[in-house]
Amino acid sequence: MSAISVHDLTRRFGDFVAVDRLTFEVREGEIFGFLGSNGAGKSTAIRMMCGLLKPSGGTATVGGIDVGRDPEGVKRRIGYMSQRFSLYERLTVDQNIRFFAGIYGLRRDRLETRRRFVLEMSGLQSREHVRAADLAGGWRQRLGLGCAILHEPPIVFLDEPTGGVDPVSRREFWRLIDGLSARGVTVLVTTHYLDEAEHCHRVAIIHGGRLAALGTTAELKRAFHGRTIIEVHAGRPVDAMRLLDDMPDVEKTSVFGTAVHAVVSMKPGEAARTIRERLEGGGVAVTRLGPVEPSLEDVFLDVAERATQ
Amino acid sequence: MSGMRRVAVLVWKELIELKEDRDLFGIVILAPILQLFMLGYAATTDVRDVPVVVADADRSVASRALVARFNASPNFTIVDVVTSPNELDPYLERGRAWIALAIPPGYGEALGRGTPQALQVIADGSDANSTNVAIGYATNLIAGYAQELGARMPAGSVTPGIEPRVRVWFNSRLDSRDFMIPGVLALLLLVITTNLSSMGIVREKEVGTLEQLNVTPLRRWELIVGKLLPYALVGMVDVCLVLAVAVLWFQVPLRGSVTLLFALTLVYLMSTLGLGLFVSTISSTQQQAMMTTIFFFLMPMIYLSGFIFPIENMPAVIQPLTYLLPLRYYLVILRSIFLKGVGLETLWPDALALAAWGIAILSLAVARSTKREA
Repeated sequence: MSAISVHDLTRRFGDFVAVDRLTFEVREGEIFGFLGSNGAGKSTAIRMMCGLLKPSGGTATVGGIDVGRDPEGVKRRIGYMSQRFSLYERLTVDQNIRFFAGIYGLRRDRLETRRRFVLEMSGLQSREHVRAADLAGGWRQRLGLGCAILHEPPIVFLDEPTGGVDPVSRREFWRLIDGLSARGVTVLVTTHYLDEAEHCHRVAIIHGGRLAALGTTAELKRAFHGRTIIEVHAGRPVDAMRLLDDMPDVEKTSVFGTAVHAVVSMKPGEAARTIRERLEGGGVAVTRLGPVEPSLEDVFLDVAERATQ
Repeated sequence: MSGMRRVAVLVWKELIELKEDRDLFGIVILAPILQLFMLGYAATTDVRDVPVVVADADRSVASRALVARFNASPNFTIVDVVTSPNELDPYLERGRAWIALAIPPGYGEALGRGTPQALQVIADGSDANSTNVAIGYATNLIAGYAQELGARMPAGSVTPGIEPRVRVWFNSRLDSRDFMIPGVLALLLLVITTNLSSMGIVREKEVGTLEQLNVTPLRRWELIVGKLLPYALVGMVDVCLVLAVAVLWFQVPLRGSVTLLFALTLVYLMSTLGLGLFVSTISSTQQQAMMTTIFFFLMPMIYLSGFIFPIENMPAVIQPLTYLLPLRYYLVILRSIFLKGVGLETLWPDALALAAWGIAILSLAVARSTKREA
């Protein structure tokens, strides 16, 4: 059975369609990534699945319960954490845990077990009496996650949980998400960090409120089959790009750091040879050039571009 | 059962937040006492040492006795005694005197015969409030003097003729402090509980904790009760504080039942907290909530409830509007319990109106706050 099943989910704000007929399934224990630029409709979709926002159309079934019919039933079975880790800043770490435990109706033994679990999980054992306001970003975020899963929900929604957090803390946080998944918890997480998508079992790319692509990262990269990405390191990248854009076999070019990526509808060997000839013929010195595996960023840009067209 | 537990957890959390907020603590505990002292001392409408000029055309024992009586009163100071009423004008024009008293010739003689006598009192009306009070004092003083003369007359003779026309009830000391302090209590409760509750809810909206709470099994009514109850508690603490200072320090008489006062205060708090909840549903930032409360609710209430300006003096078109204000009813209740010592048998219409107001605004606010979820 699917943990989450979404069918034609739609949300309109006046004339604006924020989420447009979204359809997908999330398996139990899966880490499911929602990828998309800001304003793509990721948060709106998540808020509907959590029962915070009424859908304009379509259905979302979470943990076997129809959100539209019984939002309160869904709320008992999920954990939710948004980009603003919502803790009470004037309360201490311990008080925050006790507060949310009380709201979730945890008592005595279970409260103590879960309290210790959250403290350990967030690495805050020795800082129980520090006010939440005085915690650094990474700690607050881990405590936020801990408070959201105090009641051991089988499904967890994380809306851009790693926004504004340093890379080390992000890595640490993803370790926690992997741990949840290993214990059978289903995690739906939105992000616009593409490196984070590599942690997800499957990824849905959302663009303009629509599902633009769905699959494992390997599957998404394979969508590039039949085409090649040639990475070019050249002395004058701007000139190189102009020359490449003029070539009929080059679909598009984009800048990747100091290099230029060209998507070419040719076999790798042939593509590399053709491009080298063209660039050197145009007077651009090529330092290094060769086919590369498409990164998720290539895929994302490609999908976004095609969805726009 | 589990609902009550969740409410208790919310109240516990709210009280910790209140305690941890130093500024708020000052507002809740220090501000009421400060306000009370400010209004209790500075803002009384009592007047002392009103400068009086007397034109004594009589120059008899009786007229001199009257002047001496004015001079002995703490409310008046005689600045000068002249002989002709024509000489009075410059004193009033230059502001050297606020009140001029003209004693006609033959005053003492007439008094002795028991003939009614008219005294002319001229007052500077440019500060109407103080002058009104001063005239009240003057009338009282003259009447008191007349009574005394009457008591001194041999039995069977005609009573002398300065008729006491004005009598002051309930606040015979005419001490405006006794009247102001219950009003301050009503106003403080309104300002503190309405502002704190609306800002407390909007703050959770701003920070995002409200959304976090919305994805928990917490029900709507639990959230509302859990958010409002702590501020009702704060309100009751303030009532105790203000009552203690009013009775022990300012010695304002508390003639009625304290139990009734607390019970009706709870009814009043339904209005102020309901108003706070309502404001929170129409505001998205704390500043907005505060400004909305002050300009759309507090200021009209201060002006129109009878807190400062007597309702009877308002234009006839405005007077019906005052029935829309909960503060009006609570002011009547408070002042009546304090000064008249009356009970529910007299106050029930006001208590009923107050309860109706509270239930109406609470229902409206709750309806609005649930709809916003969709």
